[in-house]
Amino acid sequence: MTAPSDVLVVGASAAGLATVEALRRKGYAGRVTVLGAEAHLPYDRPPLSKQVLGGSWLPGQAQLRTPATLSALDTEFILGDPAVRLDAGARTVHTAAGRTLTADAVVLATGLRPRTLPGQDGLAGVHVLRTLDDTLALRTDLAPGRRVVVVGDGVLGAEIAATVCAAGVPVALAGPQPAPLAYQFGPLAAGLLAELHAARGVELRLGSAVTGLAADHGRVAGVRLASGEVLAADVVVVAFGAAPATEWLAGSGVVCDNGVVCDSRCRAADGIYAAGDVARWHHEGLDALLRLENRTNATEQAVAVAGNILGEDRPYMPVPYFWTHQFDARIHVHGTLSADAEVSVVEGDPGEGRFVAQYRRDGKVTGVLGWNMPKQARLRRQDIAGAVLAGRT
Amino acid sequence: MKVTVDEAKCCGAGTCVMLAPDVFDQRDDDGIVILLDEHPGEALHGVVREAASVCPGVAISVSEDA
Repeated sequence: MTAPSDVLVVGASAAGLATVEALRRKGYAGRVTVLGAEAHLPYDRPPLSKQVLGGSWLPGQAQLRTPATLSALDTEFILGDPAVRLDAGARTVHTAAGRTLTADAVVLATGLRPRTLPGQDGLAGVHVLRTLDDTLALRTDLAPGRRVVVVGDGVLGAEIAATVCAAGVPVALAGPQPAPLAYQFGPLAAGLLAELHAARGVELRLGSAVTGLAADHGRVAGVRLASGEVLAADVVVVAFGAAPATEWLAGSGVVCDNGVVCDSRCRAADGIYAAGDVARWHHEGLDALLRLENRTNATEQAVAVAGNILGEDRPYMPVPYFWTHQFDARIHVHGTLSADAEVSVVEGDPGEGRFVAQYRRDGKVTGVLGWNMPKQARLRRQDIAGAVLAGRT
Repeated sequence: MKVTVDEAKCCGAGTCVMLAPDVFDQRDDDGIVILLDEHPGEALHGVVREAASVCPGVAISVSEDA
């Protein structure tokens, strides 16, 4: 296969940028264009819910690359102009501002859009946290004396609650799980997380789904729970999941079903690829369609996509990995965890705040969780790769 | 090539160690990156650039002209 004469990357975040860097690193000399919906140069999302929200970083510190490094990529960045339509057959992207961009290879890296609660649009005091602008708007709203309720007991919601609490603002965390991340981590690690949040002052209002919002004169006043209770709030952060940003691909010719459906090469159609949060590809080792919403996948998948654009023809078969920092807990997860897995502590001691836990199902190691033991957790990846990714070459 | 690392940005993923174990390691106690070789040989340049690009904490910088 010959290399395409030009490549268009739709999405200017981690996956989009990493695609360009990998193309250049692999020697690609053709024309490259990156189209981004936001006006900002590429920035990183994990610090948004931690350092940027907490105020220990200025927004500029979340930038992924300096302007000089970007310029060395010899790439045209078109920012502040969202893609609105794709014609997959012609590999043409139309933008909100009326641009028409065509390339031999197109990479779809448009990420996620946060889920919202009914009635939250236009209501003052209600926030989501996906973009830098979202984060700055939330920070501005965290005025002294206000009480915050975070809706969502997953990674993002728990991180936001920890950051807000550490900043000295009263905060409650609401969601259906018995403890933060319980459906994923299981009782041991989620229980420790609940203890940590409670000990540091987060009010845990878990075990009851959030059904909606209460409002007063155009501003949010509380969060309604399935139990019938209303949690009073001056500020609400809605962080209970996100959906792949694929609306703009309707009628394009690529299949979208909980993400852009791709083959094992991350290819959605001839000359069309997907990378990052938006991509749902066939993982040959697991023999399943997989979509990963984590930072590491954004870059690792981008490298795979760049290689396949250049004719490497390799399946993408990562061991999933993510990390989360909440208060002084630094949690690193390799592979796949589940609440019903058999969990054993293989290093350290949960009582001392440092351990590695191994998760097994049907006798096979599916995942490893490190709690303040990142290196030791990484060294245990080999157990997972062997057991879960048996098809890996 | 000169490699630098920003410990404050390191998230302890260890991606760099998996890619280039001759250039990077992690501290035992907190997983923060240890730079073993700030001037890696030319044979390692490709993999070090990849480590910098895929570092999930954006903690690794590579200066090509040093």
